[in-house]
Amino acid sequence: MALSSNKRTALYGAHKALGARLIPFAGWEMPVEYSGIAKEHVAVRTAGGLFDISHMGEFEIQGPEALDLVQTLCTNDAAKLVDGQAQYSAMAYPQGTAVDDVVIYRHSAEHFMLVVNASNATKDFEWINSHNRVDATVEDVSDTLTLLSLQGPKANDILQPLTNLPLVTIPYYHFARAKVLNVDAIVSRTGYTGEDGFELYFSAQESEPVWSGILEAGMPQGLVPAGLGARNTLRLEAKMLLYGNDIDGTTTLLEAGLGWIVSFDKPEFIGRDALLKQKQEGVKRKLVGFEMLSKQIARDHYPVFVHGREAGHVTSGSPSITLKKNIGLAYLPAEHASIGTSFHVSVRGKLSEAQVVRTPFYKRMTSSIKH
Amino acid sequence: MTPEDLLFSKEHEWLRIVDSIGTIGISDHAQKELGEIVYVELPKVGTKFDNGETFGNVESVKAVSELFMPASGEVVEINEELGAAPEKINEDPYGEGWMIRVRLANTEDTADLMSAEEYDDYIKEEE
Repeated sequence: MALSSNKRTALYGAHKALGARLIPFAGWEMPVEYSGIAKEHVAVRTAGGLFDISHMGEFEIQGPEALDLVQTLCTNDAAKLVDGQAQYSAMAYPQGTAVDDVVIYRHSAEHFMLVVNASNATKDFEWINSHNRVDATVEDVSDTLTLLSLQGPKANDILQPLTNLPLVTIPYYHFARAKVLNVDAIVSRTGYTGEDGFELYFSAQESEPVWSGILEAGMPQGLVPAGLGARNTLRLEAKMLLYGNDIDGTTTLLEAGLGWIVSFDKPEFIGRDALLKQKQEGVKRKLVGFEMLSKQIARDHYPVFVHGREAGHVTSGSPSITLKKNIGLAYLPAEHASIGTSFHVSVRGKLSEAQVVRTPFYKRMTSSIKH
Repeated sequence: MTPEDLLFSKEHEWLRIVDSIGTIGISDHAQKELGEIVYVELPKVGTKFDNGETFGNVESVKAVSELFMPASGEVVEINEELGAAPEKINEDPYGEGWMIRVRLANTEDTADLMSAEEYDDYIKEEE
């Protein structure tokens, strides 16, 4: 018998009981689907989905020089954050490529939380510590926290009766400490699906009652448990990048189209010189979104051809369940990356035509009425 | 219940033989494992395949899987309906979800295949 060395979240038993299919992912045994990827995907676009994403890593950075450390490590300008605000950012290598993409939470001027990808958590923690020359306290609190993501147009209405926090006071990329089902939690209006929604951080010891309490409360409104499969198809439609596929230690943030999280207004951060030079000279390749022009599906790692020459590969490719098209992301030579340009994807040895399109592939309709 | 008149391969294709014509599809277990099927690539009528050869591909949201011939033969008909409605493979894998019909090279060439009962035991062992 093979002994699994993968870690399990505190909700492993709950996932099993719901009939989830579990797969190894980034060193964790995670639910990939419950009722089916497409069903869960549609539920998130039309009602709600509840994801256990406790595999994500969380680091607390504290002390009088916490901001200095964050500013050195991260490419976006964390000095712009106020208490209770979050920011999408990245950590770069000196050559401008990605160590990881992260979300920074500012609790106070001397207390930040960094949320990192599970696959990078160990590497990130070492990276942060090796650059901590200012004596900020860095603590990995990943194992003590459960992280649930409640996503979808009904997320607000499902969560509101369960918390004392008026959710209307929490704009996108803001958060507050509150009670959720009488459990102390950080309630953050963030997510990885392209829908409105919340991410909830709380003590792993409270996992089961909060998970099942939200599911039960939301079920009448169409809430379903959702797995990593739907999380991937949802984030791709919203063109949210996946580390390890779309960005990694070989792709610069500018090539990936993440210039908007690189703040050259800051005097210093790791990777600044290389990124500034690349900005001035122009990137040689760009991450583009594309649609297949035939019924062929582009999958991760399929080779990409421009004018008959191999020019890279598909970094993420999948059927788009919402748009009923086959979509993907790929790096193309910069001179061949404008909207409308056609190129080819090799699908099992046969070249299929694809076209560069505007992204995100899917953007939700935002209503002006907020409940 | 797994239909008793079918034979099954270890790769989860089924074969129904009527006279010298074999109808081929994938098992209920296979469609469940794949999840929602969104695309099927089938061969052209007239193509000849040996037992075990790849005759097409089936794609679900998450992955692409090859289809293997459970016997040797020449394709005489493909299920055109699956082009517009590949979900029929999920809904009715042994009926409307059939994939191809072949003129079998040898109707006795089924020694490697399993009966419905044997197949049910086989998938239990796999789990």
